Amino acid sequence: MTTPARARLLDALRAAVGADALLCRAEELFVYECDGLTHHAARPFAVVLPRTSDEVVEIVRACAKAGVPFVPRGAGTGLSGGAVALADGVVIECARMNRVLEIDPVDRVAVVQPGVVNADLSKVAAPHGLHFAPDPSSQLACTIGGNVAENSGGPHTLKYGSTTAHVLALELVLADGDRVRIGSRAGGEPGYDLVGAVVGGEGTLGVVTEATLRLTPLPEAVETLLGIFPDVVSACHAVGAVIRSGLVPAALEIVDRRTIEAVEASVYAAGLPLDAGAVLIAELDGPAVALPRQVERVRALCARAGATRIEVARDADERQRFWKARKGAFGAMGRLAPDLYVHDAVVPRSKLPEVLAEICAIGDRHGLRLSNVFHAGDGNLHPNISFDRRDADEMARVLAAGTEILELCVRAGGVISGEHGIGTEKQDFMPLLFSPDDLGAMRRLRDAFDPDHRSNPGKIFPTTRACVESNPKARGYERVSFDA
Amino acid sequence: MSIGPKETTEAIALYTRSLDCVHCGLCLPTCPTYRETGRESSSPRGRIYLARGVAEGKLALSDAVAEEMYLCLGCRACETACPSGVRFGSLLEQMRAEVERVGLRRGPAKRIESFLLRHVVPHPRRLRAAISVVRAIQAVRLDALALRLAPAGLRERIALAPRVPHARDRAPLPRLVRAHGERRGRVGFFVGCIMPELFGDVNHATVRVLARNGFDVVVAEGQGCCGALHAHAGDRETAKRLAARNVAAFAAAGVDVVISNAAGCGAALREVGEWLPATGDVLARRVRDVSEFLDAEGLRPPPTPFPRRVCYDDPCHLLHGQQVEAAPRRLLRQIPGLVLVAHDDAAACCGAAGIYNLTHPEMSRAVLARKMRSLASADPDVIATGNPGCMMQLRAGVVEHGLRAEVLHPVTLMDRAYGGGRSVGEPPYL
Repeated sequence: MTTPARARLLDALRAAVGADALLCRAEELFVYECDGLTHHAARPFAVVLPRTSDEVVEIVRACAKAGVPFVPRGAGTGLSGGAVALADGVVIECARMNRVLEIDPVDRVAVVQPGVVNADLSKVAAPHGLHFAPDPSSQLACTIGGNVAENSGGPHTLKYGSTTAHVLALELVLADGDRVRIGSRAGGEPGYDLVGAVVGGEGTLGVVTEATLRLTPLPEAVETLLGIFPDVVSACHAVGAVIRSGLVPAALEIVDRRTIEAVEASVYAAGLPLDAGAVLIAELDGPAVALPRQVERVRALCARAGATRIEVARDADERQRFWKARKGAFGAMGRLAPDLYVHDAVVPRSKLPEVLAEICAIGDRHGLRLSNVFHAGDGNLHPNISFDRRDADEMARVLAAGTEILELCVRAGGVISGEHGIGTEKQDFMPLLFSPDDLGAMRRLRDAFDPDHRSNPGKIFPTTRACVESNPKARGYERVSFDA
Repeated sequence: MSIGPKETTEAIALYTRSLDCVHCGLCLPTCPTYRETGRESSSPRGRIYLARGVAEGKLALSDAVAEEMYLCLGCRACETACPSGVRFGSLLEQMRAEVERVGLRRGPAKRIESFLLRHVVPHPRRLRAAISVVRAIQAVRLDALALRLAPAGLRERIALAPRVPHARDRAPLPRLVRAHGERRGRVGFFVGCIMPELFGDVNHATVRVLARNGFDVVVAEGQGCCGALHAHAGDRETAKRLAARNVAAFAAAGVDVVISNAAGCGAALREVGEWLPATGDVLARRVRDVSEFLDAEGLRPPPTPFPRRVCYDDPCHLLHGQQVEAAPRRLLRQIPGLVLVAHDDAAACCGAAGIYNLTHPEMSRAVLARKMRSLASADPDVIATGNPGCMMQLRAGVVEHGLRAEVLHPVTLMDRAYGGGRSVGEPPYL
């Protein structure tokens, strides 16, 4: 972009949101160069902080006029580089669009702006006996807009489904500045499921400026068990046994020893047993009368699978501490090394024991500190590798191990992301799952929303040479450099 | 200050500290300046990223970086939320020290601040003289005149100034106050610099309550300002000098416990081990907040009913700086007739943050407004908080937002419940 063109765009953005909501100093932009995935970095051209959907329209129009791409961003807790602006783009930071516009306990919906924090929505809904069920580990900070973009999950996805099951309607600003409404408050709009396409679309189909969400009644009773196992593999067998029994637990999570040690050293220490090889957190919820029997069944199944001990959370406080520990795990790993690569892949539940054993072997083979904390009930793995991005050799081994892990999961019949999205992190692994024809079909869907690829370009689709050649529009967006 | 072999150990420590952050973002919702602005650079994660960028030589230590380091309130709520254990408070102080070292803060306000911090606050006699001047001004109502004549920006700051108490409330404490009833132990008392001048009544009440609970109270000679304000302002050298004075004073007093009633001072005293690695640890390990100490030792039940609705509001440097949360609440519940009422925003910063309300009045007022809304809906008779800066800020907030509440130190409530606070000029030390 020429200097006068840059100046014109900045003027237009300033006119749209006001000087106070436009960031363009180098230092201000520096901190927007990455999200939760620190080793993919690219600095934006500018950052704007709109408060209203009208302002977003103005911003997007200004970008369209200048031919500059844009990226919506919430709290920057994403783990696949989704909120990073490539190609000198503009970050549309939605943190100030944080109003809950409506809670309707009869329709059981919430209408919110995209910058509302996930946990805040559940707090506001609680007096009505309701909550927003998707509960990613970053829920204290992450925003609804990000949840919609990445189709976020969380421990309770096992029973309640990921974000896509909880979005009824969206207001979307398309890349040309048009504002559209898709879906319906009543749910189940006939015709193509456009809401389904936008949820998990990683911001490539437009900017969500308002979401109508399904709220879920709070369960009457909750019980949380901790199964203490000698190793991760036996805990995985217990997960299989619980699912086979026909029970529908609210959550089945596995935390391994290395993760427990890090969390127990942190402010989120919850008294998880340090002598365990792995802990299975099993949560059951529903009518109070039904729970005691279910608890006994889970207890018996865990014992049969090799649990050395089973504990039950004494009260709501202890349960909350367990969950805070589980959800603080990512951050707590910072105690082991400056960086953490949180992998995300899904395998069929039946394959969990063998895949887990092989993942541990991959980590060992590459001499890496690998830990596992994951949504076992969904088969959604998070092998986490602690590393130091300044060590080029270690960085290379981290990436090599990551590739092997994803290949392993795909071979086992799984997919390369459960809930973190593809972003820039995994775009070059897409051909593991999809043929050029598949990718072509996806690209045509994208073209229908954003023919000029201005909304969060350079994400999802592979950047390898072959793909660039088959897709002229992807040219010019260079591979994000690893900031080693 | 890009980190190379010839860099100071402090700069390297700063860099190493920035590496503890894995960028998870759990600190964001706890940060008052992020809540107000939504800007990443005004969040703890953003500030750490800036520090790391500077340390790695990717970013110059510029005015914009300095601004963010000083826009931070230093409340350390992010530390309580951080799973990775980043010591943000220390990192911030080191960054501010770097900002000062390269001379990025200039101008008359900075010069006045430095003069006061270096040449007035650490010297009890000069501080007393200065405060007496303020009292004289207030006595002839010159402050009211200034309030009318001053430009708007200055007016807000003048309005924050507390009424200086009468000289009898600023009477010095005796060197030793004997325990009342069965003797349970002997403690040192940290007097502070501003406390005896503006909150002498709280100091007297603290000593009385400790004595009522069976403790001999030693007011160690030679002690003085804790150095917190200096450290927060990036003047680590003065802070260390002041800390060394206190280390010596309390070592000479021969006490195993040192009681503080000002959260900011207590938090700073607990960090003296880090400021003075060779000698500071002994003092740091002995420091207890008065509420924490009485809670641990067991409060003798106060006899006099004190039927009030009370909102306890956490001082950041007690909650986040010293991890004391339950103790003051448990003590207040033991006062007969007192009803403790929760309010939503108790754990958030009030915006006082040392001298922040003077240096950043706009942000300070925005942060305060959020808290006052929360307090207004709880509608208490008394707001209790254990730090002088917070008390001044909340008193200004009560006036500005039209609340009826009185703002008091928790120890004052206990003192009243013992019936001991009627005459401060000749304190009834029992």
